Amino acid sequence: MPYELVVCIKQVPDPRFISRIRINPETKTIIREGVPAVINPLDKHALEEALRIREQHGGRVTVVSMGPLQAEDACKEALAMGADRAVLITDRRLAGSDTLATALALSKAIRRIGGFDLVLCGAETVDGSTGQVPPQLAEFLGVPHVTRVFSLALKGREAEAKAALEYGYRRVLLRLPAVVSVIREINEPRIPSVSGILRAHQIPVEKWTIEDIGLSEDEAGIKGSPTIVSDVYEIEVRRKREVFQGPPEEAARWLFERIVSVLGG
Amino acid sequence: MEFTFTSKQEMLRKAAREFAEREVAPRVQEMDETGEVPMDLVKKMFDLGFGGLLIPQEYGGSGMGHVARMIVIEEISRISPPLGFTLQIVHLGQAPVIYFGSEEQKRKWLPELAKGALIASSAVTEPTGGSDVLGIQTTARKEGDEWVISGRKCFITNAHFSNIHGVLAKTGDREFSYFMVEADRPGVKLGRKEDKFGLRGCVTGEIAFDEVRVPEENLVGSPGKGLRVALASISNVGRPGVAAVALGILRRCLEEAAKYAKERKLYGKPISDLQAIQWKLTDIYMDYQTSWLLVYYAAWLRDQNIRVDAENAMCKLWATEAAVRAAKLLTEVFGAYGVLREYVPQRLLRDAQVLIPSAGTSDIMRVVMARKALEFSP
Repeated sequence: MPYELVVCIKQVPDPRFISRIRINPETKTIIREGVPAVINPLDKHALEEALRIREQHGGRVTVVSMGPLQAEDACKEALAMGADRAVLITDRRLAGSDTLATALALSKAIRRIGGFDLVLCGAETVDGSTGQVPPQLAEFLGVPHVTRVFSLALKGREAEAKAALEYGYRRVLLRLPAVVSVIREINEPRIPSVSGILRAHQIPVEKWTIEDIGLSEDEAGIKGSPTIVSDVYEIEVRRKREVFQGPPEEAARWLFERIVSVLGG
Repeated sequence: MEFTFTSKQEMLRKAAREFAEREVAPRVQEMDETGEVPMDLVKKMFDLGFGGLLIPQEYGGSGMGHVARMIVIEEISRISPPLGFTLQIVHLGQAPVIYFGSEEQKRKWLPELAKGALIASSAVTEPTGGSDVLGIQTTARKEGDEWVISGRKCFITNAHFSNIHGVLAKTGDREFSYFMVEADRPGVKLGRKEDKFGLRGCVTGEIAFDEVRVPEENLVGSPGKGLRVALASISNVGRPGVAAVALGILRRCLEEAAKYAKERKLYGKPISDLQAIQWKLTDIYMDYQTSWLLVYYAAWLRDQNIRVDAENAMCKLWATEAAVRAAKLLTEVFGAYGVLREYVPQRLLRDAQVLIPSAGTSDIMRVVMARKALEFSP
């Protein structure tokens, strides 16, 4: 059976340029200028999974993103990978949204898109790393969810997901519609082909404001965000050092024992 | 004046870079060691549409054009010059059909060439002449409705996995014709694979044609006008393609030199603080930037259908010689590490040097440019 699939994507600073990223000490937000932007890596896995489901079962893939106008590039890239439709919620009044306000806005946009069978998200973003949006989104949509999925199979109105735990995994059966967040082990995202790139430029990215999705000003942006970020700081990484002094044979034995003890052997 | 890429071109660069970094990079060492062409990667390039950039959409390609082609070859060559070279020859093999084929020939071959079901070589050079095309001794004689081709071609890139060969053959006194010859026709024989010191993983070798019969419809362009077919293809596709490979090498040299100079510490500070090292880096930077301008300017002209033989020759000469200079400087920045096989500089140096005689030496490029230079007399 064909499925209506929605994929939430976020444009983030390219993690390969992480050393260039600075934090604004006043606003406690990331300074994005001068750092190339990409689709959040895990979101690409979510999109890839949606595309594979569509290829196997048929249906339609819509990507939804919330962000400034530049995020249109991320939407275009998603279209180039094969998405059928792209919606960008873009409105200055959404600036400063925490995960709750973001999840609410996304849920309203998804409702406006129409019926859905499955919403796929990356388990977390490289910039915020909270992992909160997918469960919050599921709550707002009133559907079940499972996070950190590395294997997914759809059969009729049910989905079977394997979700990673610290030491093992859970097998979860979900009734659709549902929200699923994925981790990188689930698949390898495709590279956009030339024909995909040409196609992406024929599909306009739909841009919606908070009025379009029926969000009030009080629910949007900083006003709709109960979270207060009291401080953000860069972690200083220091290597632990131990020095052994003595003849080479003893040093070798000492080093061997240190390695074994660290490895827990 | 406009120096920016379109949104489609930017996206194409990103896709090509992702392909190169994710799929090609892990194979580079193996290609250099074995000299074998990674056919699965060649197939992937076709699947991504990189094989059909010059082929118009109505014939199954994308028609994205010359600038787009330079972007893809630069990005792939930044990681693997031999794979970039393989791709550029794929395009060169298609060029005679794209630019000189009849409507029927285009419908027959281009869709297959775009998806990689057909891969065409460009078999022009012979032991007795490459740039001296009049020295070519392969002949084609007419017998009924067929042409019978005999001769030997050498230095033919992709020869050993192409399933159709573009062949320039003598059909009269100082008269040549261009034929598409299917590789499975009786009498087509593959000869040796050359053991090159660079661009390893890109195959170059010999093809012999022993009384090979092809039908009249395999003749591309007008009979007797084959020289123009071959030379225009080499000028507009072959030389710029080599230049784009050089551009990829230059970009890599700049990245590797900057990275190493910032990481390597001597006298208690990174060697990037030393002016002697900085000057090497700026020389590489200038060579990359000037080559970039020449390569993309010539490609832009070709996309406007402006005749650019001199500009094609100029970007080929400049970028390939710049790549050799840059790779040599990079080896020097790396000090003794630069000559070790496990580090990248020596490989780039070997690869760059192979580009100098490809598609015509620097001397031949000067001959081509001299005609244009002389036109400047007021």
